[in-house]
Amino acid sequence: MPRFLKEFFNRNGTGMGLAILGLVIFWTIGLIILPQLSMLDFSFRPNLPPPEIGGPKDVYTLENYKYLIYGPEGGSQDYNAVDLRVFFRTLVAAVCVTIFNLILCYPIAYYLGQSKGSHIRIFAIMLIIPYWINEILRAFALRIIFGETGVLNTLFVGLGVFDTPFDFIRNDIALYAGLGYAYILLMIFPMYNVIESLDGNQIEAARDLGAPWWRIHWRVVIPYAKPGISSGCTMVFMLSAGALAAPQILGGPSSLWFTQLIYQQFNDNNDWPQGAAYAIVLLVTCILFVLAVMRLFKVNMGDIGK
Amino acid sequence: MSAGVGVDLENLWIRFGDFVAVRDANVNINGGDFFSFLGPSGCGKTTILRAVSGFLDPSEGKVLIGGNDMRGIGPNKRPTALIFQNLALFPLMKVWENITFSMEIKGASAKERRKRADELLDMIALPGQGDKLPSELSGGQRQRVAIARALCAEPDVLLLDEPLSALDLKLRQHMRTELREIQQRVGITFIYITHDQGEALTMSDNIAVMRAGVIDQIADGKTIYNDPNTAFAASFVGENNVFRGKIKQVMGNEAMIATNRSGDLVARISTANQGKLKEGDDAMMFIRPEAFAIAPDGATGDHFVTARVNHEEFEGNVFNIFTEGEGGKEIKVSIPNHGQSFQDHTGQNITLEYEAQNAVLVPAGELAAE
Repeated sequence: MPRFLKEFFNRNGTGMGLAILGLVIFWTIGLIILPQLSMLDFSFRPNLPPPEIGGPKDVYTLENYKYLIYGPEGGSQDYNAVDLRVFFRTLVAAVCVTIFNLILCYPIAYYLGQSKGSHIRIFAIMLIIPYWINEILRAFALRIIFGETGVLNTLFVGLGVFDTPFDFIRNDIALYAGLGYAYILLMIFPMYNVIESLDGNQIEAARDLGAPWWRIHWRVVIPYAKPGISSGCTMVFMLSAGALAAPQILGGPSSLWFTQLIYQQFNDNNDWPQGAAYAIVLLVTCILFVLAVMRLFKVNMGDIGK
Repeated sequence: MSAGVGVDLENLWIRFGDFVAVRDANVNINGGDFFSFLGPSGCGKTTILRAVSGFLDPSEGKVLIGGNDMRGIGPNKRPTALIFQNLALFPLMKVWENITFSMEIKGASAKERRKRADELLDMIALPGQGDKLPSELSGGQRQRVAIARALCAEPDVLLLDEPLSALDLKLRQHMRTELREIQQRVGITFIYITHDQGEALTMSDNIAVMRAGVIDQIADGKTIYNDPNTAFAASFVGENNVFRGKIKQVMGNEAMIATNRSGDLVARISTANQGKLKEGDDAMMFIRPEAFAIAPDGATGDHFVTARVNHEEFEGNVFNIFTEGEGGKEIKVSIPNHGQSFQDHTGQNITLEYEAQNAVLVPAGELAAE
């Protein structure tokens, strides 16, 4: 038995140790790995009516993946331009949402992490409470704000900023705002946790040595907060690339999110294998992208856990 | 290096809400001096340091550096560098990057910075350690890196906030000598904050003794030790025995006080209080443990104290005798060890003798906490 396991059992006792270990194994293997493997399996099979499953036609194929790239066989175009465009636009938009969130949340996290006093607790509660409201309601609330006769348009038209209502929804502003808002906590809290542990004397030392404020952030705070920043960015990126409710409610009529395509395959077309293939492509691309970015910024996997 | 830039505090008040952290401080620090603020924790000494470095604005009064009023000038624009109590080295930067951070801000090239770092590393006796991280150094080495980082900014005034407090005793004593040497070599003004009177006495040209936001006395170490202004200064700096009483008679620079237990005693009135202490005033007389000698039995007079010995201890260079003093407070007597055979007095009454000029009288006042 490896030493860490032995220590684990010594600390928790055999009974409790087995129970914890069993639950963790059930959680990772039973609830995560096995269903994902079955999705992977689905993605390589043709979409057959139930009687034919397990029959001679049920063989492994790359058809579902080919479909994303080339579209339906005998189609009018060489490539599946519509779906591919949606796919890349989703990724780019998720990156934008992540960067936007980072810029928005870093000052908040810095303020929360470095100021002292009981008001910090109140601020944190004020950030958390809105998340008691469910995602759908929050998304519709943003629709009320951004809609054609919504709060913002009434205000701007009333003030004479716009002559006619601006279509925030068609221009995807509502969608970005919704996605950004949906995940700000996941961005703020990892950064806040790290920045809170930064010794304030280091900031003062840098200032004392002549550094202007932006330099203090660039050389002292941001390098220190890097694990929190990468943890927050990874989560926000992954979750916005995989979001469904916000694009569904706040997206303009012409702007599909890739998750909506996956949803259509599963539900509207009842084509699980095709949906699974799309989902797997999204998952793998996101993971590879995150790993590449982590490498670029020299972030260790261990930092993500901070 | 700079010829030494002085620092002046003029009628400096610092308040936090209703709390007065510094009350009307007036200090002139000569350029090139090693100046210490000495006081117990919470006396306002760090607050003064923060006002000099620019992290805190005075509520009233002025901070002058080299004669220039520093109001409105931020810490990054002042000719000061601060060494923090916990050093505050940047953990993710290498030692050489830490040291030359101030040059990086001014836009110096990496090559220039590296060269300067190597010079400073030689000066602090850490040659070739530039590529390590601060966490790879020992406490004393980190201490020296913090000094080098501050000196690299070429400040006119170096501010040190109890920088030795985290080190162990041996290292602390070593660093005292080293700090003093560095100060004399670079010739700039050092302002040192400490609660350790040993540090203040060994390193400083001048010391300000602080109590609850008030500066009791500013003088060189010898004067503070031998001629304190107040009961607090007398009891905080070094060990001291206190005798309380009323002044019975003033005789020039000396006075006789009537004590409860030890009869009438004579002592010199401390310089600052000469002409001020009057007959009938409550006063405190302080005698250092080493100012006592054992007198022949039965000697009486106005510079003899009789007391019963509680216990004795041998400290190597001295024998310490603890006798019953006033109000449960012990009187400590230190007799130098000249290698003679030392008689154990425990349980006996002994007579102690002192010379009036070695005992000092100040107005009755607050004593330093033990």
